[in-house]
Amino acid sequence: MKYMLIIAGADDAWGHLSEAEQGALYGKVRTWWDEHAETGEILDGHELQPGSTATTIRRDPSGEVTVTDGPFVEGKEMVAGYGILDVPDLDAAIRLASSWPAPDTLEIRPIVER
Amino acid sequence: MTERRTVDVSLDLVLREERTRLIASLVRILGDWDLAEELVQEASVAALEHWPIDGLPHNPGAWLMTTARRRAIDRLRRDARFRDRLQRLGAEAEEMERPIQTGGPLATDDRLRLLFTCCHPALSREAQVALTLRTVGGLDSAQVARAFLVPESTVAQRLVRAKRKIRDAGIPFRIPEASELPGRLEGVLAVLYLVFNEGYLASDGATSDRRDLARDAEWLTSLLVRLMPEEPEPLGLLALMRLHLARVEARFAPDGSLILLPDQDRSRWDAAAIADAGELVERGLRMGRPGPHLLQAAIVAVHATAPSYAATDWAEIVALYDRLFTLQPTPVVALNRALALAEVAGPEVALAEVDPLAARLDGYHLFHAARGELLRRLGRLDEARSADRRALSLTDNPAERRLLEERLMPQPADGA
Repeated sequence: MKYMLIIAGADDAWGHLSEAEQGALYGKVRTWWDEHAETGEILDGHELQPGSTATTIRRDPSGEVTVTDGPFVEGKEMVAGYGILDVPDLDAAIRLASSWPAPDTLEIRPIVER
Repeated sequence: MTERRTVDVSLDLVLREERTRLIASLVRILGDWDLAEELVQEASVAALEHWPIDGLPHNPGAWLMTTARRRAIDRLRRDARFRDRLQRLGAEAEEMERPIQTGGPLATDDRLRLLFTCCHPALSREAQVALTLRTVGGLDSAQVARAFLVPESTVAQRLVRAKRKIRDAGIPFRIPEASELPGRLEGVLAVLYLVFNEGYLASDGATSDRRDLARDAEWLTSLLVRLMPEEPEPLGLLALMRLHLARVEARFAPDGSLILLPDQDRSRWDAAAIADAGELVERGLRMGRPGPHLLQAAIVAVHATAPSYAATDWAEIVALYDRLFTLQPTPVVALNRALALAEVAGPEVALAEVDPLAARLDGYHLFHAARGELLRRLGRLDEARSADRRALSLTDNPAERRLLEERLMPQPADGA
């Protein structure tokens, strides 16, 4: 089954780390990603620029479009990256997400396959 | 008349056992919970029509499977996608017809898979409870709704959502891997204990039209024990439930008010059932890796085998709470340990252990009720009354409220 792995980071989770610590953690994340991309569990994915770079476009029922600065949900946690997983079932996806090496929150969402 | 009744009861029991086996197999083979449920329903109705007249078939499980298969054929003949599944159904029915087969490991595993899937952590606790009672326990949604005092539509909706999530999110129908098993088993036990408590705490005799959830939970737990005989925790939970049920008669006064442990008439306890449950505890402890449920059962067993409240082995209870606290360092365990300590070292020592828990247990009525009791024993009556009042303001349970209200009534000055 294919899932989207949505990685949300709290802005302050990494912020209190020193530059060296951030570098080490980032290295772990890279290794983790490469390993699982190698096995075919991760098909695709990207790290995203911080939420401060986001732009939200809303189209209301009358068709009017507004463009605003910032992500569509303002919160403590912001989407920091995503991956597309191809694993046998939800348990496999949970196992994979549970091994994510950084202190983030991850959401697993099945992809509609047609 | 009575003979017919016994036959009916045994048919019900056989049907209950076998329908769980059947639904588990059908869910695995068909991968479709709704269809599996419908087929089981139809096969059960057929069984209740035929068995009382024709007698119990020599292999009730195979009879049900064959019946379900026939219904499935009627329903699915025109649908090519189901052809291979029907073939597997046929193979399963044949397999079950073989004379040597005695509930074999295949069918057993299916029931365990079913239980773990119903209690999957990706489902909400409400959904886990509803799905377990509906699918494994065989209750219909109206019975689940009445037991939890929620509208039937709420339960029906929970079940629909849960089944949809299982399908769409790819929740697998399998027993968790060894590395996941402890956590997942804990989840199953939590669901079963929640169901038990829902039934047990409400069992004041006044609500007789409510389903006896405590008995349902006990049955489900005994099923789990049979399916995982090497695991101490299911054994502990089963013993715990049976120890509670063995003493349920003595818990309530005729007017429905709660009778606390020190005041219960121990001659009304079911000594044989207590002894049986004690053996389960022993069996679990011999496995050498007790978990929280088994230790709780061991504590209750000490209470249940004591000739009187005063003659209880309190030192043993404190020692068991110490072991429980190392596994579960929660303020509630610390509170219960302190109450046992009061019987060994006196209320003053106990109160010194209880007071520091205030920050974390302030919203918990039993914390204030326990403080009230200790303060009263120390003669600090004003403080005791204010603790009892606080406890009263925090509970809606009628039996508990009545007890606290009685405590708060002006007492005749007997100096005690």
